[in-house]
Amino acid sequence: MAALVNRRTVISGFILLALVFPFLTKNSYVLHILTLAFIWMIAVYGLNLLAGYTGYLSLAHAGFFAIGAYSLGILTVKVGMNYWLAFLSSLIITCILGLLIGLIALRTKEHFFAIYTLCVGYIIYLVIDKWDGLTGGVRGLIGIPVPAGVGPLSFEEPQSQYYLILFFLLLTVLMVYRIVHSLSGRTFIAIRNSEELAKTLGIATMKNKLMVFVLSTLFAGLAGVLYASFIRFIGPDIGYITITFDLLMYLLVGGIGTLAGPIVGTILIVWVSQSLQFLQDFRMLIFGPLLTLLIIFYPRGIIGAFYEWKIKRQEKKRMRALIKKHKDAEFSDANSVPDKKVKEG
Amino acid sequence: MLELKGLSVAYGSFTAIESIDVLVQKGEIVVLLGSNGAGKSTTFKAISGLEKPRQGEILFEGKSIGGRSPGRIVESGIVQCAEGRKLFPKMSVSENLIMGAYVHRKNKKAIKHSIKHVYELFPILYEKKENAAGSLSGGQQQMLAIGRALMAKPKLMLLDEPSIGLAPLIVEQMFEVIQQINEEGTTILLAEQNANAALGIASKGYVFESGSIVVQGTSEELLSDDSVRKAYIGA
Repeated sequence: MAALVNRRTVISGFILLALVFPFLTKNSYVLHILTLAFIWMIAVYGLNLLAGYTGYLSLAHAGFFAIGAYSLGILTVKVGMNYWLAFLSSLIITCILGLLIGLIALRTKEHFFAIYTLCVGYIIYLVIDKWDGLTGGVRGLIGIPVPAGVGPLSFEEPQSQYYLILFFLLLTVLMVYRIVHSLSGRTFIAIRNSEELAKTLGIATMKNKLMVFVLSTLFAGLAGVLYASFIRFIGPDIGYITITFDLLMYLLVGGIGTLAGPIVGTILIVWVSQSLQFLQDFRMLIFGPLLTLLIIFYPRGIIGAFYEWKIKRQEKKRMRALIKKHKDAEFSDANSVPDKKVKEG
Repeated sequence: MLELKGLSVAYGSFTAIESIDVLVQKGEIVVLLGSNGAGKSTTFKAISGLEKPRQGEILFEGKSIGGRSPGRIVESGIVQCAEGRKLFPKMSVSENLIMGAYVHRKNKKAIKHSIKHVYELFPILYEKKENAAGSLSGGQQQMLAIGRALMAKPKLMLLDEPSIGLAPLIVEQMFEVIQQINEEGTTILLAEQNANAALGIASKGYVFESGSIVVQGTSEELLSDDSVRKAYIGA
């Protein structure tokens, strides 16, 4: 119970910090970087649902991110659609394309799924890069409008955009939390565990995998849409493979298959890469080894390492209490150490 | 209740089972005997829909179920309890049980009822309901696997080598529980290498050898059959 209260205070503390942050700093660059980090987090949550909880590592996520961004760009700039209508349509377009690609991609497994989606991601990039008439090719799309005002709220200022994107991030976290702690979430974890076993329980694995694939593309698309109207210029680069691997890196560093992982990983990497900015591209010389060490020693990322440490500490406490009890009463059974439940997610 | 007619299953060009005939009547315990690789598990996989039959028919309550999806087969009342105590090791005992009732997921009341029933059958699972399934002992894991299969309220339960890797005393308990489940109205098809224990509770058996049935008969017949005694009981 104490742990729960503790957790709740930590979460509310972070939300409060995020809410007052624009008042703490007058530095608009910091605010800009943080807003961008929030956008990445939304996409990483999408990747986490699929790769972390269901065990299907998709390398096409930058592609879906770009599909979301370009859909909004084209619908607002070229078609001249109402902003929020375009916003919604972009998400629907991303989901439909996700569904079609998922139908084929999910016939493969493990490495083959990763390789297949890697190819899909690259094809999406190529289509965007070469389809001059629709996407503007290498020149990209310029002049994407900021989100249209809702009632008295307008999103012209960086601060108000920050809050809008924070709102969508919190919405994403809430949705993922609800999904992971529902039967659907457990179904996804069951599929990650063993697909054959899931089938013998009567789980329609294809249907569930397709659902989680579409959901994860929805979050990637949402991130793309927000990116397009935040940066207001998009080029084919946003669909390139490096973006996929950036997202994957945020996820791995934070902790794959954990709820807080995407936030921790993204903030940390963005912060580190900003502070190493003075080294220019040489920063990768520091970055690479750090990342390798992390993955070797903490395969479940920072959050995974934290949980491990917590469980070990509790186990030690229990052992100590047990030994004390043992000294008090010689007859107590030293073997009856209660097993600790490892919480998924 | 369940009838296999000339069933063949192949993995690529390798024929795992060839035209076997098995009949399970309602309320029976039927045992499939045979060494590793004889085709018992493949037969189970074909019945539960994980492998498609190449030839022949699988009839359940008079309807052909060959080629149906595993999910629909579970819904129609056949549940497989896979070999090797396959569980979700990081989920808790109660979460594992709830996953077992996946096909009844809309009926929360029924799930509560069946979970209570499983805890009555295996009190140790109730004590450990919050523990991770992976932290249980071998015997407890097997109980959990059977309990999880029960959660789907099967008419026919397929048990694949429930005694594998367990201490003799635990094996004895396991077979008692299987008999009790059977008495409560679940028909059981059992795959075993431990012929002595299995034939003790079964009414009839089939002996598999490299993909075909070589001997069949009632438990008494098999126990007195010389070739079966030599091969599987060692007397």
